[in-house]
Amino acid sequence: MKISITVNGRQHDVDLPQTNALLVDVLREQLHLTGTHVGCDTSQCGACTVHLEGRAVKSCAILAVQVDGQAITTIEGIGTPDDLHPMQAAFRDCHALQCGFCTPGMIMSAIDLVQNSDSLDNRAVREGLEGNICRCTGYHNIVKAVLQAQESM
Amino acid sequence: MSEATGIGASVKRREDLRFITGSGTYTDDMNQPGQAYAVFLRSPYARAKIGAIDSSEAMAIEGVLAVYTGQDTAADGLGDIPCGWLVKSKDGSDMVAAPHPPLAVTQTNYVGEPYGIVIAESVAVAKQAAEAVTTEFTELNAVVDVASAAQSEQIHEGVVDNLAYDWELGEKAATEAALASAAHVTELDIINNRLIPNAIEPRAAIGCHDRVADHFTLYTTSQNPHLERLILSAFVKIAPEHKLRIVSPDVGGGFGSKIFVYAEETAVIWASKKVGRPVKWTAERGESFLADAHGRDHVTHAELGLDADGRFVALKVRTTANLGAYLSTFGAAVPTYLYGTLMAGQYKTPNIYVEVQGVYTNTAPVDAYRGAGRPEATYVVERLVETAARELGKDPTDLRRMNMIQPGDFPYETPVALVYDTGDYEASLDKALEHSDYQGIDARRVEARERGKRRGIGFACYIEACGLAPSQLAIQLGAGVGLYESGEVRMHPTGSVTVFTGSHSHGQGHETTFAQVVSTKLGVPFEDVEIVHGDTGRVEFGLGTYGSRSLAVGGSALVMASEKIIAKARIIAAHMMETEADNVTFADGVFSSSNQQVTIQEVAFAAYVPADYPEDLEPGLSEKAFYDPENFTYPAGTHVAEVEIDETTGVVELVNFVAVDDFGHIVNPMIVDGQVHGGVAQGVGQALLEHGIYDENGQLLTGSFMDYCMPRADDLPDFTVDTTVTPCTHNPLGVKGCGEAGAIGSPAAVMNAITDALGVKDISMPATSEKVWRALRRE
Repeated sequence: MKISITVNGRQHDVDLPQTNALLVDVLREQLHLTGTHVGCDTSQCGACTVHLEGRAVKSCAILAVQVDGQAITTIEGIGTPDDLHPMQAAFRDCHALQCGFCTPGMIMSAIDLVQNSDSLDNRAVREGLEGNICRCTGYHNIVKAVLQAQESM
Repeated sequence: MSEATGIGASVKRREDLRFITGSGTYTDDMNQPGQAYAVFLRSPYARAKIGAIDSSEAMAIEGVLAVYTGQDTAADGLGDIPCGWLVKSKDGSDMVAAPHPPLAVTQTNYVGEPYGIVIAESVAVAKQAAEAVTTEFTELNAVVDVASAAQSEQIHEGVVDNLAYDWELGEKAATEAALASAAHVTELDIINNRLIPNAIEPRAAIGCHDRVADHFTLYTTSQNPHLERLILSAFVKIAPEHKLRIVSPDVGGGFGSKIFVYAEETAVIWASKKVGRPVKWTAERGESFLADAHGRDHVTHAELGLDADGRFVALKVRTTANLGAYLSTFGAAVPTYLYGTLMAGQYKTPNIYVEVQGVYTNTAPVDAYRGAGRPEATYVVERLVETAARELGKDPTDLRRMNMIQPGDFPYETPVALVYDTGDYEASLDKALEHSDYQGIDARRVEARERGKRRGIGFACYIEACGLAPSQLAIQLGAGVGLYESGEVRMHPTGSVTVFTGSHSHGQGHETTFAQVVSTKLGVPFEDVEIVHGDTGRVEFGLGTYGSRSLAVGGSALVMASEKIIAKARIIAAHMMETEADNVTFADGVFSSSNQQVTIQEVAFAAYVPADYPEDLEPGLSEKAFYDPENFTYPAGTHVAEVEIDETTGVVELVNFVAVDDFGHIVNPMIVDGQVHGGVAQGVGQALLEHGIYDENGQLLTGSFMDYCMPRADDLPDFTVDTTVTPCTHNPLGVKGCGEAGAIGSPAAVMNAITDALGVKDISMPATSEKVWRALRRE
C-alpha cells in the first residue's frame, strides 16, 4: 500500500511494509528521520510527538494510512544547528534537556502549546506539557525554556 | 582563554545541539547492513517449570530465521550472568547466588523472564512467530511478598528460606544495651516502595559478528560498556575481551537500570553469530517494566534511642530487602554496603547496628536505582529523627542540630565503617531554612486551613557515600572489580586535544564538563577539547557511570593525565627555551622562563616533530592515567518539602521544595542544578506517585505508563536549589558528585511534610490521595 506525505516540506511516496504501519515507524524506518523517538507503547510518554498539519500529535498512535496526503513536521524540520527555532534555542539556553531522548517530542509539544495559547504562565505550561514525560530534568528547566521561548515566538 | 568556559562556569552543553535538532544517535537509531530482528519469548508466569517448547509452526512462517531457547544457550556453553558483588552473612558464609542463565532453561522465576529468542526479517514477523511458539509450562506457586518470603516455598534449589544472605554491620550488643537504657525510644515500621526506573529510552541492542575475524561488536544502551565486556567475556564466555567490542552511543537516561548485564543483550550478541547476521532488539516499554531491574523494595523495623536531652544514643535497624528472582550485577551490594553504611547520617550516633536479610522472590531482579541504598538509609534515619522530635515535642531542626557532626569533628569515623572526610551540615541546614522561610510556616498553616488545606513541612538532612570507590576497600567488601577510572589526554601536533574517558554520559553532560576540566588544566581553548566515551574499541578500560562517580573519579583521572602532559611538556619547553625545567613555570597554556615563553601548542608540535628535542625523551604528547580514590566522597545537605493536603479529596500538592547541597567544588553550576532537579523529581515520584506492584500470583499490575504513575510536569512545582561548599579533601578537583542527591533527600522530606500536615506518625509511600484521604478519616 502506498501513501503520499509531505514531511518537513518535502514530498515522499511511501510504500508501506504493512497496512497497520504507524506514522512513527514510517518516519524512523523508511524516511530515516530518527529524531522522533519511541518511549512507550501506549501513547503516554510523548517522545514521538510531531506536527500533523500544524498540530502536535503522537505519531505512535496514528496509522500511516491516516495521514495520506497530509503535511508532517518533525524535529528535523523546525531548525538547524545554525538557525535554531526559538524553542530549540531556549531549551539549550535553559538546560532543559539532559539525556535528550524526550527532547524532540517535548519541543514539538511546546511549540504547539505556545502557538495555540495567548499567554502562558508557569502553571499553564506544566498543564500543557502533561502529555510528555521527562525522567531527567524534573521539568523545572523545561518550563523555564517554554516561558522564555514564548517571548520570542 | 575565555573565563566563561573554565571550571565553575555554567557553560551551555555542547551535546545539546544534536539532541535539540533530532540528530542524536541512540542505539535504536542505528542499523547494520543485513540486520535481522529479535523478539523474546517471556514467561507468562511468575514461577513455572518449562516443559516442551514447540517452535515448528513459528519456523514455518516466512521470514523467520531462528528460534533459540535456554537449551540452546546452555548447549553452546554460555555461562550464567554473575552478580558482581559477594556479600557474606553474619556467620561468615558466602551469600547464596542462585544460577542466572541468560535464557531460562528449566524454570522461569518472574513474569517476563526471557526463555527464548525469535529472530526474523522484521519485528512484525518475529512477533508473529513468537506468538506461534507453544510452550508447556507447569505453573508453580509464586513467592511475592517480601516480608514472608523466608517462610514461603523455596524458589531456587539450594537456597534455604529463599535467603541470599543474612548480613549485619555494627555492634549488636552495645546497640541493644544503649537502647535499653535510653530515656526515649522512637520506633517505626517502614516500607520502602518498589520503583521501576523507566529511563525514557528503552534498552536496545544490536549484536554483530564478523565471521572472518571472529570478532563481535555489541551496540547497546549501557552505562558501563567495559564492565559489560568484562562480564560477557569472563563469565558468560561470549568471546575473549579482544574479540568483543561494546559501543554505547547516545543513551537516553539510565538511573542505574543500564548498569547491569541483562539477558537480552547477551542473547542478541550470541545469536548474531548463530544466524550469521546482525541482530537488533529494542525493548517495548512493557518489556522495560517487566525485565529492567527494579529499585528499592525494603521492609524495615527501626529504633532510635535518645537520652534525656535528646542526644541520639543508639540506632537499630532490621531490614528485609527484596532482591527479586536473581542477584543482578550489583543487587547484593545495594541493600548492604550502600545502605547499612549510611545509617549514621549526619549525626554522632555512637551505637549503630544494622541487619539485612536479602531474600529472593518471584519478581524482577532488584538492583541500583538512582541513589541505590542511600535513599533507603536516609529514609530510615530521617523519618526516625523527625518522628522522635515530634514525640519529644522538640523542633525537628533543633533536634538535628544538637546531634550533627560538627566541622571540627572531621575526619569522622562512624560506627558503620565509613570515615567522612569533611562537611558542614549546619551550614546547609541554615541556608535551607532561610530559603524555605521556616519562620513563616505557622502563618502559612493558618492561611491554608482557611482554604480547607492542611499545610505541613518536612526536613531531610542526608548524607551519601559517592565517588565509588576505593578499589581495595571495595574488593575487601566483596566487589568483583576495582572502582578506579581511566582517563587519557591526547594532545595532537597542532595543539588540539582528544580526551578519552572510561566514564559514560547518558545525560550528565560529560562532553561539556570534562572539556571544561581539561581545557582549564591545559590552558587550551574549550573548543579545542573533544571528549570520547562509550566505546571499548577506542577507550581504555574503565568502570562507567553510576554512584555519582563520573567527575569525582573519572574527572580526577583526567586531571592526573593532564598533569602528566604538563610535566612532559615542561621538559620540552625548557629545551626549547634553552633552560632547565625547574626554571619553567606554567600558567594558562604558556610555559615561561625568565625571558621567554612558548605555548603548550608550540610544545605539542615540537613533541611530534622532534627536530631539536631533549635527549632520552620519547616523542609525542599523549598521557593516560588511572585514578583510584582514597575514600568515598560524602555529599550532604538539607532538603525541605512543604505540602498542602486537600481535606476533601486527600490530594497532596507539593507547594515548595528547597534543596541545599554540599557537592564540594562545582565545575558547571547549571548542570549541577539540573541534576538536583531531576533527582528531586524522582524522589518526589517515589513519595507521591510511583509504586511497582505485583499481585499475589506475581503478575505485574503496574506494567505501563497508564498504571505506573510517572511524575509529570503538572505534578511538580519549581524547585529552589542552592549549594554550600566544603571541598572534598582527597581528590584533585575537590568535588563530591551530584547525581543522586536529589533522589536521596527528597522522599524523606516529602513524607515528613505529609505526616506533619496530617498529624500522623506514619503513612507509607507513595502517599496517594486514597491513602491520605483514609488517614484523614481515621482521626
